[in-house]
Amino acid sequence: MFEWWHRLVSHFVFETLGLSPESAAGSALDFFLYDTVKILVLLAVIIFLITFVRSYFPTEKIRDWLEGKHPIVGHVAAAVFGIITPFCSCSAIPLFLGFIQARIPLGVTFSYLISAPMNNEIAIAMLFSLFGWKVTALYIGMGLLVAIVAGIVIGKMHLEDEVLIKPPPVKPPHFEEAPIPVKERLKEAWDYTLDLLKKVGLYVLAGVGVGAFIHGYVPSELIVKYAGGDAWYAVPLATILGVPMYSSAAGIMPMIEALTQKGMLMGTALSLMMAITALSLPEAMILKKILSVKLIAIFFGVVAVGIMLTGWVFNAVLS
Amino acid sequence: MKIEILESGCVSCRSLEHNVREALAKSGKEADVEVVEDLQRIMAYGVMRTPGLVVDGQVLSVGKNLTPDEVLELLP
Repeated sequence: MFEWWHRLVSHFVFETLGLSPESAAGSALDFFLYDTVKILVLLAVIIFLITFVRSYFPTEKIRDWLEGKHPIVGHVAAAVFGIITPFCSCSAIPLFLGFIQARIPLGVTFSYLISAPMNNEIAIAMLFSLFGWKVTALYIGMGLLVAIVAGIVIGKMHLEDEVLIKPPPVKPPHFEEAPIPVKERLKEAWDYTLDLLKKVGLYVLAGVGVGAFIHGYVPSELIVKYAGGDAWYAVPLATILGVPMYSSAAGIMPMIEALTQKGMLMGTALSLMMAITALSLPEAMILKKILSVKLIAIFFGVVAVGIMLTGWVFNAVLS
Repeated sequence: MKIEILESGCVSCRSLEHNVREALAKSGKEADVEVVEDLQRIMAYGVMRTPGLVVDGQVLSVGKNLTPDEVLELLP
């Protein structure tokens, strides 16, 4: 899909600028120009598509649909809806309370709360442009599984009393949004995409830059020694490292891609990526307003175990 | 006219308040503007995405940072 662009870049770097393909500067510039443009274009396309589709699934509709469903159906549906719905940590609270208010079980609410940030549009777009559809599908599939199972586990622990604010269980007055014409949905999706690209663009450039550096200068032995091989601690270490990296997921992904090419195992990489998106400190701080510390700790603990199991299983199966 | 802006501390919530005030200044309409951060009150409107725009008890917009012109279109 991007071969023509690669030819153009190579022509510019090696013919117009006259850099040698063997030189470090020449190959680094070639890699950087090719990769950043490819990633930014794919990011724009994927974010635009997801945003457009999501405009048909407002959270309120999903809440209404989940109301009174069988718990297992609820867990699966909540996790799947997490893929297409938007999620920013500032919307976590009204979303959480809205689900509880509609008497959607706590565990089902958590299935959604785990899946939504993990399967956010930036993570999916970055994965797709860096690793291709297979790893993306693997990531989404395992992410759904972790969200469903962790939600069921949390639901079985009967932690309802750990929710600090009890919204009145009355059915809230439903309001009807006026039908939005497709043209307006497209325009909104486009505006949102531009907005998001402006926000993450710099991170992507920085990430690809560091990735290019790793490609060129960091010896594989070093990475294999610390992050590769079958050392059992690689996966939990990756999971813990992922927690403080949330805000810069777009910048971290290109580095992870470079690390996997240098010998980091795919399971370890998956654990790192999932921990980055699913376990975020800012989100935990915000949730503290409505959840007890105990419940937040259980939530993080259960999800972390799920993420580590994913990493270990993949390292064992793929190696 | 009573305008309530439902917010939960995100950046676009604050700029909605700003845009609402700008829209009022532009059109010369009079209204009481109140920023609602109380979760119980937000939940009572059944709103799950902030910022929300409520005029005289009617939810007119959720989860969107409207421009001043878009606000004016929604105001009665």
